[in-house]
Parts: sequence; C-alpha cells; structure tokens
Amino acid sequence: MLETGVDRDGGTVQDVNWTALIIFILLFGFITWLGFAAANWRKGDLDLLHEWGLGGRRFGTIVTWFLIGGDLYTAYTFIAVPALAFGAGAVAFFAVPYTIVAYPIFFLVFPRIWYVCHKHHYITAADFVRGRFGNRWLALAVTITGMVATMPYIALQLVGLQVVIGALGVSGTGVAADLPLIIAFVILAAFTYSSGLRAPASIAIVKDILIYTTAFAAVIVIPIELGGFGKIFAAVPAQKLLLATPGPNTTGAYSAYATLALGSALALFLYPHSLTGILSASSGRAVRRNAALLPGYSFMLGLLALVGFFALAVGVGSLPEYAAGFKQFGNNFAVPALFLHSFPSWFVGIAFAAIGIGALVPAAIMSIAAANLYTRNIHREFINRNPTDKQEAQMAKWVSLIVKFGALVFIIFVPTQYAIYLQLLGGIWIIQTLPAVLLGAYTRWFNDWALLVGWAVGIAFGTGMAAAVNLTPTYPLRLAGFTFPGYTALYTVILNILVTIVLTPVFNAVAAQRTPLDETVAADYYV
Amino acid sequence: MVEPIKKRSGWRWWYLLLLIQFAAVLWPPFYNKLEPYWAGMPFFYWYQLLWVIIGAALTAIVYFATED
Repeated sequence: MLETGVDRDGGTVQDVNWTALIIFILLFGFITWLGFAAANWRKGDLDLLHEWGLGGRRFGTIVTWFLIGGDLYTAYTFIAVPALAFGAGAVAFFAVPYTIVAYPIFFLVFPRIWYVCHKHHYITAADFVRGRFGNRWLALAVTITGMVATMPYIALQLVGLQVVIGALGVSGTGVAADLPLIIAFVILAAFTYSSGLRAPASIAIVKDILIYTTAFAAVIVIPIELGGFGKIFAAVPAQKLLLATPGPNTTGAYSAYATLALGSALALFLYPHSLTGILSASSGRAVRRNAALLPGYSFMLGLLALVGFFALAVGVGSLPEYAAGFKQFGNNFAVPALFLHSFPSWFVGIAFAAIGIGALVPAAIMSIAAANLYTRNIHREFINRNPTDKQEAQMAKWVSLIVKFGALVFIIFVPTQYAIYLQLLGGIWIIQTLPAVLLGAYTRWFNDWALLVGWAVGIAFGTGMAAAVNLTPTYPLRLAGFTFPGYTALYTVILNILVTIVLTPVFNAVAAQRTPLDETVAADYYV
Repeated sequence: MVEPIKKRSGWRWWYLLLLIQFAAVLWPPFYNKLEPYWAGMPFFYWYQLLWVIIGAALTAIVYFATED
C-alpha cells in the first residue's frame, strides 16, 4: 500500500533491533529449557497416552487456569484482535461479549464432561461421543472435524510468530527468510515430543506472566504518553467508534455482532485443544473453579482490543519507518509497530517474546490434541484395535510431529490468507459437533444417525454459505423481507439441531428394536 | 473414588443467574452509544468491560451457591 525506500533489499522490514532481539532469544532459550525439563514435572510414565497427552490428569486449579488461558488466548488473538480494531473499529470488540458468554457455557457443560471422561478414561470428545451414542461413524465425524479445524489454527499461530520475528528486524531471502520460524518450530516439536502436555503447561505460566506484564504496561504507559483515553478515542474516526446503526428492514451490524459473539463462544470449547486443557485438570472441582476464574483473561482481551485504537491514535500506519512492515503483514503489524514506537528496546524484547511464546503454547496443545484424536479415534478404532500402551503413546508422539510439520509447510508455501479462510471455515465446521458433545453432556435423547445427518447438513450448508459470501464470517439471512446478517456458524448449527430433532423420532421408529448403546450412566456426570 | 451417597442434582435454579450476562451483552442496542463517557472512554467500551467483571462475579456466586 505505502511505498517507501525502507524496503531496500527485498524483505527487510527495518534494521535489526539488537537489544530486543537478544532479550527475545534469551526468553526463548529459557522456555526451551523449561519445555524439556517439564518431562520430570509431576513425573509420570510418558509411554502412556494419558500421561503424555493429558499430563496424567494431574493439574490443579491454578495450573489448569494457566494452561487453559495459555491455550485459548493465542498469539494470533493478541495480534489479530487489535488489528481488527485498528482496521475496522468497534466490531473487533465482539471478542469481549464472546468471552463473557463463553464461561457460563463452560460452567454448565464441561464439569459434567470432565466427570464422565474421568470415569471412563476418555481423552477426546470423540471418545465421549463413541461411549455416549455407541456409533463409531459419528465418533469418526467428530474426530475428523476436530483435526481439520485444528490444523489451520496451528498455522495461524505461526503467523503471530512471523509478525514479531519480522518486527524484530530479522529477515533474509529464500530459505533464510523462514529460518527463524523453522528453528522456533523445531524447538516446539522437540519438547512437545519429549514432554507432552507438561511442556505447554509449564511454559504457559511464563507466557501468561509475560503477556499480563505487556498488556498492563501497554494500557497504562501508552495512554499516559498519549494524554489519556479521551484523546485516544478522539483520534479514532467517528465511524469506527460504534457499530453502524442498522438501516430499514435489516438488523445490520447489531445481529452480526451478537451472533459472532455467541457463535464463537459456543464453538470455543468444542475445539480439541480446549478439551485437552480441560481434561488435564485433576478434579471436576478444578474445572468448575476455572469457569469462575478464567474471566480474568477476558478483561485483558478487552484491554488488548483497545490497543488497536492506541495504534490508530499514534498513527503508526502513516509513520514511514513501519511502512514496510504494514506492507508485508497488513494490519497485523499494528501492535508490533505500536510497541516499537512506544516502548524502550528491552521491553519490546519482552513484549515480542510474550507474543512469540504465546504462539508456541497453543500450537503445542493443538498438536497434542490432534495427535490424541488420531491415535484414539482413527488408529485404534479402525486400524489397530489392540495396540500396547507404549505403541499408542508412540503413535501420538509421531502424529504430533506430522501435524506441526504440516502447519509449517502450509505457512511457508501457501499465502497467509488461505490459513485465515480455513480457520474461518474451521469455526463453522467445529460447531457442528455441538449437538453430540455439548448437548450430549446433558441428554442422549438424540438418535446417533440423526446426529450424523445433522452434522453433515451443517457442514454442507455452512461451507456453501461461507463460499457464497466470499469466505467472510457473516451471512445475510433473508426471511420475509427482512435481512438478518449473522455468523454462519450459528445459523448452520441451529439448522443442524433442527434436522437432528426432526430425524431422531424417524430413525428411532425405523430401528425400534435396537437397544441403546450408551455406556455412560447419569451418575457418571456428577461428583 | 469415595463418593458421598447424596448426588449433586446436576441442575440448580442458581444457574439461571448466568442468563443475565447473555441478555446484557448480546443485545447491542442496549449499549451501542457514546454517552455517557467514563474516564474518556465511550459507553460502548466501558459497559462491556464492566460486564466482564459483573459476569465473573455472577459466575463466582453460582459456583459457591452450587458447591456442596
């Protein structure tokens, strides 16, 4: 967009910021050591899948809080939410109602799922669905949806890492351009392989301390530098300050905002990495406590969205020294540019390390979650029904490597925008497992085949609707002359539930003689 | 695991408290306005941030009320 002479050798965002780079590397070195040392933390036999892939279900309330927080609030969140505020304004704040309504859902559903999974040694959502509804094909649908939705999410973590590495001034041409990213990923892959979930759990604590420090520094120091919130908001263009008031016969930006928040909240805990974090808790009580404690992160997310406005107020978009960065990374460069502009070099190193480490923690958990799914619900179910414990754990370790390698190749060779599109579709796909998993935690009234048809209808319509609006998140639903723009994922999961409800009595009537296959009983869902 | 005979019912009326935050933040006409400002921040922003805190408090109340 903006052409300057800074981009003189085809890729240099700016000169290397040595102080920041050294602090960044030191902190990365520290978490690398920590990741490997974590193998001995709350020691267990890492040749067992639940030890490697769920940390032996040993984490108390506090570690679980760090782990789930580190898992859900990813590097991409820290870059993309402020970037959306920077580019589009008020609509970015949907992330706040999103997290506000996510935790009541968590509170109502996931302690139950923790209890039943603990009782029956389930380690994935597909394990639960298999046990609850006794249908391996429905479980396979949940498995594949989870894996496919997770892969682009891992790739997006790398985008966060790429942006901060670029902002540190590290660059090159050809293979050298991607070398820092490759090194970071090899480190990640190695400690995940050797330590399993214990690695991201221990690193999450460091990450959160760094992120909190950075967030509070940003919302205290920068407004003081800029002369207060009043001046910051005064610098934001009027049309970005609020949602556009809907015109006649449409609910406009209002319904888009609310459905994005609700749909995202419903999808959040269906992602495999969320459940991996939840199931690693040592007790159902720790899960319940976390539902009450996790909103601590929501406040920080709200503050971070405001950071996008700080960047607008500073006007980083028109400063020549950042033009090359914006050219390369788009609005995702807003936060790094703001930090470079506002903080001393040593603190830039800390802030960027926070974002970079913030990429590794979720990427590790996501790859473990995908590995657990493949190992348990595809390999064991369909390929080798009686693996030894050691074979099962070894398979998961290999799969975690393959998944991460796939994400790395994707991000190096495919345009970033494709990962963003796939991530968007992933949200639409993963929410289609809601009837089986989330509603399944409360009832097994649904017929298993009806659930599978509902899932397929949701996936098909969701994909089609998203394609019809050029892979943007909201679809303008037209009913009786009114237009209701809303999040495609929410619309299609409602369709999915309706189809399931209609087909359940039909399928039950067809197969009336079939005995229910639920291996869980009501008492499994409570203390 | 040693379990008490009395089982948690799984559903308590206290859970209805959690609905309040859904109504408060999922209806943008309530809060899509600039006035009143607070500490220089438009209503739209501080209202939603305030609900993070209220929502956390409500969830904590439900947690303690439903804890055996």
